[in-house]
Amino acid sequence: MDGTELAGQILYTWLTLVFGLILLPSAFGVSLGISEIYMKILVKTLEWATLRIETGVAKQSALKNSASIGIIQRDESPMEKGLSGLRGRDFELSDVFYFSKKGLEAIVEDEVTQRFSSEELVSWNLLTRTNVNFQYVSPRLTAVWVLGVIVRYCVLLPLRCVSPGLLFPSPGDLPDSGIEPGLKNLLSELVHLTCCRICVRKGGICVANHTSPIDVLILTTDGCYTMVGQVHGGLMGIIQRAMVKACPHVWFERSEMKDRHLVVKRLKEHIAHKKELPILIFPEGTCINNTSVMMFKKGSFEIGGTIHPVAIKVRQIIHSHTPPCQRHYLLRVMTSWAIVCDVWYMPPMTREEGEDAVQFANRVKSAIAVQGGLTELPWDGGLKRAKVKDAFKEEQMVVSTSSCQRWNPRCPFWLLLVQH
Amino acid sequence: MGSRASTLLRDEELEEIKKETGSASGFLLHELGEDNYQNSLSHPSTREVSHSQITRLYSRFTSLDKGENGTLSREDFQRIPELAINPLGDRIINAFFPEGEDQVNFRGFMRTLAHFRPIEDNEKSKDVNGPEPLNSRSNKLHFAFRLYDLDKDDKISRDELLQVLRMMVGVNISDEQLGSIADRTIQEADQDGDSAISFTEFVKVLEKVDVEQKMSIRFLH
Repeated sequence: MDGTELAGQILYTWLTLVFGLILLPSAFGVSLGISEIYMKILVKTLEWATLRIETGVAKQSALKNSASIGIIQRDESPMEKGLSGLRGRDFELSDVFYFSKKGLEAIVEDEVTQRFSSEELVSWNLLTRTNVNFQYVSPRLTAVWVLGVIVRYCVLLPLRCVSPGLLFPSPGDLPDSGIEPGLKNLLSELVHLTCCRICVRKGGICVANHTSPIDVLILTTDGCYTMVGQVHGGLMGIIQRAMVKACPHVWFERSEMKDRHLVVKRLKEHIAHKKELPILIFPEGTCINNTSVMMFKKGSFEIGGTIHPVAIKVRQIIHSHTPPCQRHYLLRVMTSWAIVCDVWYMPPMTREEGEDAVQFANRVKSAIAVQGGLTELPWDGGLKRAKVKDAFKEEQMVVSTSSCQRWNPRCPFWLLLVQH
Repeated sequence: MGSRASTLLRDEELEEIKKETGSASGFLLHELGEDNYQNSLSHPSTREVSHSQITRLYSRFTSLDKGENGTLSREDFQRIPELAINPLGDRIINAFFPEGEDQVNFRGFMRTLAHFRPIEDNEKSKDVNGPEPLNSRSNKLHFAFRLYDLDKDDKISRDELLQVLRMMVGVNISDEQLGSIADRTIQEADQDGDSAISFTEFVKVLEKVDVEQKMSIRFLH
């Protein structure tokens, strides 16, 4: 047999295997355990690889724990102590010390910017990122890594690209002239059924924390949703437009989101139809790197109705968790080993009496953070793209010690200011 | 990516920075220069610790460096939200940049950070013939002095003091009140009667203040 025939045979066998053993059973809710076996092998290999690195270079063990500790010990003393301690004095020349120290601490390590870069891994995942400096350790390890690269780029990547395309062509792409409209609708229904197993919570709103653009894929494997989100360009944009043809989604420009009434109006219309699919919203507004939950924007919580919180946490060891929403993100996802994530569906919550949208949003955020084991931060995810508003800076000026208005980014007063 | 951090920071640069900033205690410090380069006082135990500190700070430096050209600009600093809301944020950022320049490299970054290293006991009784370490009490005070002294004439004039007061105190105090606070402060500090505060007068006023504690950041190992 020559090369192409062989390749064709392999492809055919692989597709049949995948379809028969994984996709078809999962469409009916049955798992044959193949994924679990794959994961076990993968974890074992990676643990071995990490140990090899650590024994290879002696000092690395000291750094293993440092990934979770900060660089500096931050001085949490309140401002009253930091500023002039003498009673009756309004201002001292030494008052600048406090602010300069706080400023330098922020430069070395701050809570916000590090949430937008990729999380540090404790063990090596045989991809490019590692907890220690990637050095040449042993020929065996390098061989394993090279093998890993070959497998990822030449085996996993093409098959991942090919499989969805072949098995689930979007009905919207079929040319209108060639096929009857009735058939197209039927196909659309079929696609719906094969990719959705459970469709609960009709007419409600699901909110989830946002870790990457593929969150939606993860959640849709379990149920159908109407998405609300930012319009993307490139390949993601094509996927988005294809999805719109199958289900009614609501795509926005982020700048348009400022017109909050428009968003709320469209969402309210959607909920009013009880038969419609539940809406999936990511209230953080941007991708955070899986260690924390940032401020939930109150717009989604103003609509009313029942909120079903969902907590997502990606388990780090296998996934190449690059900084989300960067270029080549899809490529890196497609060439990673596997994505293992925990999804918790939580009991529904409604807005209580006397609670406004902001407080409700915070309550839901806390619940999600607790469930997912993530840190909760009061900062706005929008700080990834925009600078802090000048208005906030003016508000935070400290008056002399004899007056009020303390400056402390962690106090609740500040919290209210950040939420526009 | 983690691999970038170490490959770009060569060992020689690491050594130079260690010497300059004294990240490991027991080092003699030298001014920025490529010539003098003796590492005879290094202690193996502290070397391990400082290596990791510097590497982590370098990771931080590269993560702030969005332009990926090995230097930081003022915008890179302003992107840190906690710094942006600091009343003295702009002044602190200026402290990193040498005279007339808009970019700071990693060595300059470390030099400024070194001012905030805690003073350790075994450094106090050091060889007094060597140059003064960057984190000495005097250099810390100098750093604070430069936050006030915008035009770098080695004096804090009434106007400069008013500017800093306005930044720290905000809009709720009237100009007259601010003026009187400034006048009072200058009056108490000024000894040679020139209505401005020189560096020596500044030091004298703050001699009872625990500068070492207030202007030190404790690094975790």
